[in-house]
Amino acid sequence: MAPTLCAVCKTERALIKRPKNHAKLCKGCFISIFEDEVHHTITSSQLFFPGEKVAIGASGGKDSTVLASVLKTLNERHGYGLDLVLLSIDEGIKGYRDDSLETVKRNALQYDMPLKVVGYDELYGWTMDQVVETIGKKGNCTYCGVFRRQALDRGAKMLGIQHVVTGHNADDVAETVLMNLLRGDLARLSRSTSIVTGDSQSEVKRSKPLKYCYEKEIVLYAHHKKLDYFSTECIYSPEAFRGSARGLIKQLERVRPTAILDIVRSGEDMARLVPGESSSSCACKGQKAVAAVPAEDDMGGCGSTSGRTPGDEMAAMDKQLRENEAHEGLEIDIAKAVSEKTDGTEKQKGLPIRSANGASKGAPRQVLGKCKRCGYMSSQDICQACMLLEGLNKNRAQIQI
Amino acid sequence: MTNSLEAPTIPITVDFSGGLEMLFDNQRRYAVSLPATDANGKPANISFLIDHLCRTLMKDPRADLFVLDRHIRPGILVLINDADWELEGEEAYEIQPRDNILFVSTLHGG
Repeated sequence: MAPTLCAVCKTERALIKRPKNHAKLCKGCFISIFEDEVHHTITSSQLFFPGEKVAIGASGGKDSTVLASVLKTLNERHGYGLDLVLLSIDEGIKGYRDDSLETVKRNALQYDMPLKVVGYDELYGWTMDQVVETIGKKGNCTYCGVFRRQALDRGAKMLGIQHVVTGHNADDVAETVLMNLLRGDLARLSRSTSIVTGDSQSEVKRSKPLKYCYEKEIVLYAHHKKLDYFSTECIYSPEAFRGSARGLIKQLERVRPTAILDIVRSGEDMARLVPGESSSSCACKGQKAVAAVPAEDDMGGCGSTSGRTPGDEMAAMDKQLRENEAHEGLEIDIAKAVSEKTDGTEKQKGLPIRSANGASKGAPRQVLGKCKRCGYMSSQDICQACMLLEGLNKNRAQIQI
Repeated sequence: MTNSLEAPTIPITVDFSGGLEMLFDNQRRYAVSLPATDANGKPANISFLIDHLCRTLMKDPRADLFVLDRHIRPGILVLINDADWELEGEEAYEIQPRDNILFVSTLHGG
């Protein structure tokens, strides 16, 4: 077979077939287009401001390694003026995280970025190894997820940073959309599609600059740029449900590669239909409204062509503000469901029920405040992490007796 | 010189990465002498190579992390001399001497 030539430069041999539009590209053109598209996502969503300190949530895996590499490249190329720092979480899983942290340490040298590592043990007094020892492998991902979410924010605060970027890619977002669809959790579906989460009230905002990047292209980018990353599976096997969603996504991609971005787009479109959630995934009520809604209209093939105008957005925002109060009850209370489980009586029926929130807790309004125990931001009196810790500490006490 | 009684083989290199090396004795690169033809006398292609690797190199019982229903598991990329196998005819690509075939998983986190 005669080698296919790159569709862009028409001189080099094509090495990549892009999943989203079947374009055949050579290595050089692929790398520059990949970077240009991330730049486009960053600028059109106004993710950063000049001089901003940004922490890159770094695991040593492919996604965060590519994110660090691309952000460094773009920061220098386009003069973003960002102060980039690597922030790693040590969950305390021997034979897994200790190896990948070595990769992050090398990345810190390779990209000339400072590195901060925060451990579950110092934050919570528990490593994941100890958690699994106590509660078993089942459901440990819930603990790890809740702890990690807070750990990244706390690590950022220690560094005086208000913005954490993570390596979530299009496959991850599609997977989450699918999972929330299958769970009937539209409120969460809506939030998961947003490129920016966390609001002006919370101290740390989150964003996913690789939201529109295929996992396949992230791996190919890492391969062709010879990036140093670590790949392994967490030794505490992941949730079966997420695994099934992931398998389904990959099978769909094989048959119809555009399916992944199509699911992301469908998720975004569905998000607009969720009352009070249309743009409140970044619930920055007002001043950062533009950043809240991903401006994906002219997104080189990866955006939705919904033809929204700024006027529509303002009207939607206005409407949303009015609807916010009315739909407060739609918030899902995951901490409640989890705390029921940790009571020992595993109630399968105790899944979050929309109307159950507030009414049963005597806390009708979800207002972001501070956890009474750890002082960390929370919409509940006691934050999710403290709830889980309470259950864990009870168990530990029992074991000691 | 190839002995006429011995089946001719094709010398190639096979690489595993992205976590797949775990299934192959934690070794990233293998020099493989691939039989030039399959059982039916057809020239060796990628499909035959995958089968050959499972029979001869796989040290791990979890073969389903590499192949599903005799096809490469979705989410594993195959690069033939650094080019996406989709550009080269996928499973039907006929293997040439000194080819480098890379299997890289996108399925593993970090």
